[in-house]
Formats: sequence, C-alpha cells, structure tokens
Amino acid sequence: MSPEKMVHMANQIATFFKSQPGEDQAERVAGHLRDFWEPRMRDQLKAHVAAGGDGLDDLVIKAAQQV
Amino acid sequence: MKDFIIPDDRDMGTPAREGAPVTLTIDGFDVTVPEGTSVMRAAAEAGISVPKLCATDSVEAFGSCRLCVVEIEGRRGTPSSCTTPVAPGMVVHTGSSKVRKIRRGVMELYISDHPLDCLTCSANGDCELQDMAGAVGLRDVRYTAPEGAPLDNHFEARDTSGENHRYLPKDDSNPYFTYDPSKCIVCSRCVRACEEVQGTFALTIEGRGFDSRVSAGNIFDDFLSSDCVSCGACVQACPTATLQEKSVIELGTPERSVVTTCAYCGVGCSFKAEMQGDTLVRMVPWKQGKANRGHSCVKGRFAYGYAHHQDRILNPMIRDRITDPWREVSWDEALSFAATRLRALQEKHGQKSIGVITSSRCTNEETYLVQKLTRAVFMNNNTDTCARVCHSPTGYGLGQTFGTSAGTQDFDSVEKTDVVIVIGANPTDGHPVFASRLKKRLRAGAKLIVIDPRRIDLVKSAHVEAAHHLPLRPGTNVAVVTALAHVIVTEKLYDEEFIRTRCDWDEFQAYAEFVADPRHSPEATEELTRVPAADLREAARLFATGGNGAIYYGLGVTEHSQGSTTVMGIANLAMLTGNIGRPGVGVNPLRGQNNVQGSCDMGSFPHELPGYRHVKLPEVRKIFEDAWGVTIDPEPGLRIPNMLDAAVDGTFKGLYCQGEDILQSDPDTKHVAAGLAAMECVIVHDLFLNETANYAHVFLPGSTFLEKDGTFTNAERRINRVRKVMAPLNGYADWEITQMLANAMLKESGGANWTYTHPSQIMDEIAATTPSFAGVTYGMLDEKGSVQWPCNEDHPDGTPLMHVDEFMRGKGRFIVTEYVATDEKTGPRFPLLLTTGRVLSQYNVGAQTRRTANSVWHGEDVLEIHPHDAENRGLNEGDWVKLASRSGETALRAHVTERVAPGVVYTTFHHPDTQANVVTTDFSDWATNCPEYKVTAVQVSASNGPSEWQEDYAAQAEMARRILPAAE
Repeated sequence: MSPEKMVHMANQIATFFKSQPGEDQAERVAGHLRDFWEPRMRDQLKAHVAAGGDGLDDLVIKAAQQV
Repeated sequence: MKDFIIPDDRDMGTPAREGAPVTLTIDGFDVTVPEGTSVMRAAAEAGISVPKLCATDSVEAFGSCRLCVVEIEGRRGTPSSCTTPVAPGMVVHTGSSKVRKIRRGVMELYISDHPLDCLTCSANGDCELQDMAGAVGLRDVRYTAPEGAPLDNHFEARDTSGENHRYLPKDDSNPYFTYDPSKCIVCSRCVRACEEVQGTFALTIEGRGFDSRVSAGNIFDDFLSSDCVSCGACVQACPTATLQEKSVIELGTPERSVVTTCAYCGVGCSFKAEMQGDTLVRMVPWKQGKANRGHSCVKGRFAYGYAHHQDRILNPMIRDRITDPWREVSWDEALSFAATRLRALQEKHGQKSIGVITSSRCTNEETYLVQKLTRAVFMNNNTDTCARVCHSPTGYGLGQTFGTSAGTQDFDSVEKTDVVIVIGANPTDGHPVFASRLKKRLRAGAKLIVIDPRRIDLVKSAHVEAAHHLPLRPGTNVAVVTALAHVIVTEKLYDEEFIRTRCDWDEFQAYAEFVADPRHSPEATEELTRVPAADLREAARLFATGGNGAIYYGLGVTEHSQGSTTVMGIANLAMLTGNIGRPGVGVNPLRGQNNVQGSCDMGSFPHELPGYRHVKLPEVRKIFEDAWGVTIDPEPGLRIPNMLDAAVDGTFKGLYCQGEDILQSDPDTKHVAAGLAAMECVIVHDLFLNETANYAHVFLPGSTFLEKDGTFTNAERRINRVRKVMAPLNGYADWEITQMLANAMLKESGGANWTYTHPSQIMDEIAATTPSFAGVTYGMLDEKGSVQWPCNEDHPDGTPLMHVDEFMRGKGRFIVTEYVATDEKTGPRFPLLLTTGRVLSQYNVGAQTRRTANSVWHGEDVLEIHPHDAENRGLNEGDWVKLASRSGETALRAHVTERVAPGVVYTTFHHPDTQANVVTTDFSDWATNCPEYKVTAVQVSASNGPSEWQEDYAAQAEMARRILPAAE
C-alpha cells in the first residue's frame, strides 16, 4: 500500500487511542495493530518507522516498538 | 424438505390479543381466550370457522360484510362475530337457522353483482367468495333484471344500451399483480392492509353505497403511478381474484408450498414458496415467520425472476488472460485449472499470496466452508466478507462496549418501544418490512427521532411524523451522538441505578466528565453539525425520559472514518439511559444483506474464527485444529482493502470471490480494478457475469437461494432455514462447489478430501466448534421454525433479548468518543458532500433486482441535489450532470429535491453504468477499514452525457464478457 495511505491509517488509530483515558495508549495502539493488521502491513509500518517514520504520529512510532 | 410439516396456517379472522383469560361458550364448547379477542377468533380457536368475507387476521375487524353474524344469548339482534369482543360467560351460537338464513341472503346479494366465471377465473380454487358461497349453501340467486334492462352491476363490460358506466377495465400497470374491479366485493381488506400492515395508505374506497370502488390514489392514478410500494399486502388480503399475482394468472394455483427465507435484506422474512412441481408460482409471506409476521416487500414478494434470467451463467468457464474471451469447460477442467493456478501461486509467492471473500448472500454453511477453505486448505487467514464494507464497525464497537457483535433485540421488540432513534438508516427503503412494523408502532403513539442528512420518508409520511429530525452534516455523527450524551449527563437524565449495577462505574465517571465538557454541548457543536442546538436538546430529553428507548441504525453510522466510534457512542447512549436488556429498548443494527450477520458469525473476518474469537488465541485455534486436522495461522489475514493494496504491491495474487461484486460495490473503483488486474488467478463464483468477473480467470456458476438447503441469520440473530425448492440450474449448490474446489486443491497437495453430503452436516460441525451455535441442528430448526443465537445449554430455545442480567463481557463499558473530522474535506474544487444509499425497489449492486421488473420503479441511478445548489450551477430536473471527486468522475441525471440539504448531494449505487463508486474515496474507518462511502467531497456540473470513463468502462466490460461457443 502507498506509504501515505499506511501513515494515514496508522495515525487514525493513534488519534482514537490518544483520546482515551489512561496511560497505556501506546500499548493499546500496538495491540490494535497486532490484532487487525496483517504481518505484511506491520512489516511495512516497522520499515517506515526504521526509515525515520515520516508523517507518523509520535504515538504510532512509540507503539511500533511493541508491534 | 418433505419431512417438514407446515404448521397451522388458518386465517383466524381477527388479530390475536394479549390480556386476562376470558371463558365463554361457543356452540356448546367452552373456550378460553385473552380479553379483547373477537368472538370470531374465539370460535376459530375452538375449531369452529364462522363464515366471513371482510375479516382476515392480518387487519383489524371492520364488520362490513355481515356474513359472520352470530346469536348471543341475552343480546338482541345478530351481532357480527368479528367486531364483538368476548365476555365472561357469554353463550354464542354460530349456526342457528336464523343466522344461516341471514348469511345466505348476504351471499345472494354479493353474488348478484359478481361474474359467474369461476371455472376460468384465476382465483379458481383459491377464492374465499367461492368458499363462502359453498359454506352458506347458496343455491340460487333470485334477483332478476327488469324487462328490457340488465341488472345493475359492475362486471359486464356492456349492457343492452351498449355501455355499462359502472364497469372499469382491469388495471395491469403494476408488473406483478392486476386489479380487476369487476371481481371486487368492496370488503376493504386491501385498503386496510395497505394502512395497517404496510402503512402506506395508497388505497382508498371512492364513492358510497353501490358506487363504492377501490381506488389507488387519485382518480387519474393507476396502481403504478400511485403511492403503492408493491409490497403485496393487498394482494395477500384480497379474498377474490380482484388483486391477483400475474404469475398465478399465467401459471394457475400452486399445489404445494415450502417455507424458506428471503435472500434480500437483513430482515430475513419467512416466505412460503408456492410451487407447481419445480416451478415457482409465487412467494407468499409466511404468517408464522417471526421476523416479518406475515408481511413482505416488493423485493422478497415479487423480485425472484432473476433466478431464471437469460443472463444467468450455467456452465463453468475459464481463460488464461482477462483480455481473452471466456471458454466454457467441464466442472473438472475448471476446478483443476483453478486449483493448479492457486497452488502454483502459493509456491511462487508464498502461502499468504491468495485468499477468499465469503458471501453475505450465501448460507451460513457455505460461508463457513469458504473460510474453512482459506484456513484449512490455503493455510492462511486471508478471508473477508462484504460486512467489511458495511457493518464491520458494529462488530468492533459493540464488541468493545457490550462484549459481542450483534443487535440486542428481536424485531417484535419494536411493538413495546416508546421512543425510537433512527440514525443513518432509511428503513422504508432498505428494510421495508421492519419499517412497516415501526410505522405501526409510531401510529400507535411511539415517538420518533430521525438523525439523517436527508429528509427520509420516515421524517414525514402518511400518519407518521418524526418528533425531531436532526439533519446533520455528513461526517458529524460522533459530534451529534456525543452532544446527545452531553445533554443527558449535564441535565442528570441518566439512569444511575442501571449504570451502577450493570456498567463499570469508574469508566462511567471518566466518560461523564468527558461528555460534560462544554465543548460537547449542542450549542458548541451546532456550527459543525448544522443541527439546531435547541432541537438536539429536546431530542435528548425525549429519548432519556420518554419510556422505552430503542436505537436502530444502519450504514449511515458505520460507513465513516469514525464508524466504530459512532457505534460505541450509540452503545453509550443506550447504557446511559438504561435501555438495554428488556423488550422495547436496545441497540439494533439494521444489516444490509440477508446473511451479513451470519457471515460474520461464521468467521469470515481475517482476525477471527467462527463465533468472534481471535485467531491469536491458542485455545480457540486448538478447537479447529482438532476438528480439521491442520495447523491454523495465528496471525490475522488481509481485509478486502488490504488484499487490493497487497495485489497492487505484487504480494497478493489469487482470489476466490463467492457471491460478491467488489468492483461495483467497493469504493474507489479504479483502485479495485487495479488490484484485480494485478492478480493472476481471480475466481468469481456468482449467478451472473458481474463487474468483478471482467477481471476473472475462472467463473464458477452459482445457485440461487431457491436451489439449496441451508440457513441465513438475520439482523436479530435469528437462524432461519433456507429450503431447496428446485434443483440448481447450474448443477450444484454453492457449498458443493466450494467443496469441489477444496478437494481439487487437496488433490494437488495430497490432503484428505472433504466429504459433506448435506448442509446439515456442516451445521453440525459449526455447532460442535462454536459455543453460541452449540444447540443448533436442522432438526431443532424444523421443530421450532427458527432460533436466535446464542443457542446452547444455557439457552436451549435461543436468546430473543441479549444482555438481560449482565452484558456478554460482564460490565458494560463506556468509551470516550472524541469527534475527529474526516480528512475528506470540502474545498473550492469539491464544495459539495456526496452521500450514498439505497432505494426500495433495487438491492445493492442490483445484480438480482435489475434482472426483474423492479426496474420500472428505478431504471437508473439519479443524483439528488438541492434546488439552491442546482440553480447555482444552472442545472434543471433530469439534466445530465458530471459528478467528480478527487478519485474519479461519472455522469448521471439530476433530480432536484429538498430532501437533501444545501451542500449535500445523494445517489444510489444500483447500476454499473453509473458506478457511483468511481467517485468514492479510499478513506476508511479507523478501526476496521470499513470504507467511508457516506462522505465524499464532490463537484457537480453540467454534462452532455456519460463520461469518458463510463464509455471506456462499458467497452472494456463488453470485451471481457465475450464467451466462445462451446467446443463440440
């Protein structure tokens, strides 16, 4: 998938969990990605983070460590 | 089929009542019935049929025909038994010589104005007038004409003066039934059915006395031009040949009937398929059907002709390239071609390079097999279903808040509701039989709140008017739902006791603090949502304080970037107001297709096995690993949009797509086409060469719901039987074809064959592996008619209401619902918002309904546009207009109407030549990837006709559909 689309989708997830109370948002984003993103998509995300994570929300970058 | 006995289907004369028991004596027999029951119905309960014409148990008694008169001891005269309620100790005589004489006199009058052409009449053998003439012993009609003039009548086309001014010719304007005034006895059953059952009020009685005639609308209207929605309730109610199905006129009366389930929307109506041999004569709504209670709509009742349409493909076909013409081949050749290609793709590109799309139109058993194919034969989790593009946010949202993905009620629940919120749904078009039941309750006094950008019919129609219509700007659902909660919380209208006992109190407090923030007030969000704050406040107060509150919602909720968040917001509203766990309340997703619920239940999603259990859970995988003898991949698979992305990336190469047309139904057509074109083996399994088949290499002809056994699960979790009434024209039921494909692949890889010989065996496997289906067998479905899951040891008769004592997840969970604007924004280039939906007469991509006479009501998709926006652009009614977004453009005709607000345009997606989805974008719900169909920024401008894209598309489709003649 295009990097723009992947960044958009990942940021959407982060935006939701940021609005939730509690301290474990990064873990919840990671959990959502593990539960619903196929490994190819997660690999693409991790590769994008490794390459600097251009455009990604900080919360996604934090979550990507736990994916 | 043969071992299923249709339960008692007698007409009891008047509707059932609920009340304290009353005992009376009828013809010497003691009968006990609920208070309010008519004497006629009480007699029927005792097995005594009182002759009747104007009474039928689908409508209230009317007392006009005077045929049902009885004698009651201690009462004067001969009251009509249909309008006389029972009383304790009442002594009734239904067969005294006095009433017999009256009845014979009444019949004599009726027959004096009725043609005596019984032998050639289309209702011969199915006519209550004929039956009653026999029942009362009519032997003679003594009325004779005066000399030189005919007897005044309605049925002779000409009298001796050359013309009979009372005679009206047959109205055959409706494609499915005729109105023959010469056969009418003016019992008014049709008029009352249209009012009471359907709620359309299209029919009336014109004139008085002997001049009385049934009339559809105005004097210049015929049935087609009137408000009639062709639901068939009048035809069903008519006791004579006056309103008669054209199919019966053509074929004659049926000789047997089989109870089955409609294959259109998620209401899941029960029908009797009435047959002559293997010819379907008509579909008649089944009174005992618990979803529809004897009602139907134009689709289920009449639009089944596609099953025999000439476009139907009956032989398997293959081709090497999608630019080649199709070649008809044997089943063996087609399946081995498909199996070899799929295995080769897996060898070259990896186990995860192929996948399936299960069909929400096929049965539970078929869907279960298709997901089993991918999990146990392809050995991956690449399975998805069309619920991805409709109700996947329901799965996520209700799963998070309540603990399971399903509506909480049965449809009967609407009869007990006091305040209804309809949000993002248009039931009179999308779920017509439910809409009729809802309208009946509204006419009885329940209040309605409509939250929808369009002024849908429910906002104001005959004898129904919404207390509040909140015409929100598309894309602002979360803001509106949160503002409703803000009013309920800040005005302390919530049900604290319910929340304290049933929900997590700490989570509620965090939630309450969130919604109470002034930025969520209706005043603060009005500018954004365009919903007047005062109206929204009133609506919130009404819902919180008006008694039993029920929320019904559709795809206008789910198909947004924040679809899942809105579903959670709706669940929050229900919990806040304590509207969960009893009749008349609840959260009710109106499902799009007949078996969307079932296909989700059956594990069609790539992350969960049947019964909504995540593939990551080893204990769940073990159940299926033991049953299937394979190892199941613990990682989630690709969802439909992900499959298409992966195809464009070159890592997804093969797809088995059963009964779904993703090229027409899924958003951003150009992207879908690019994904399909990048695959090397696309198998389409369908009735017709649909749009997706333009990109297919293998076509496997499918079977219709009339041609197979199985079950559908409707929006109320009701598992209904589908029964085979004729042999599949294509040779095999769809579950057999999936099994043959599985076995062809297993032959390549050396696995053990699948050996199902009947769908009941598949259901047994489902029951053995899926706790919510544990108690379901075909035997119990035949016995009970239908059952709502969960059905297991704890709930042997199923579960009409969910979350009664506690939520599936234990405590109900409030979730913070922050509004996030979609990134699909209007601007100077695309200043209008497009939203999409359905019409009554067509169904989804139209593959079925376009191949029936339903197209007389909706022959093309049109663009609804507000007069203000039309005038700004110099557009008039009926003009060709160009509809463009950042994704693409198409052209269609304009319909200028105030149903849409300024700034909003609306269209349907029933016709492939307009392809509304070339315009929709690839934005999707944050949690589930459900596409954002309901919000697209567009521009509308004048046009001369179809766009270049449409012309190219039509040319490509024509090339792709060529079929070589079969080799000798």
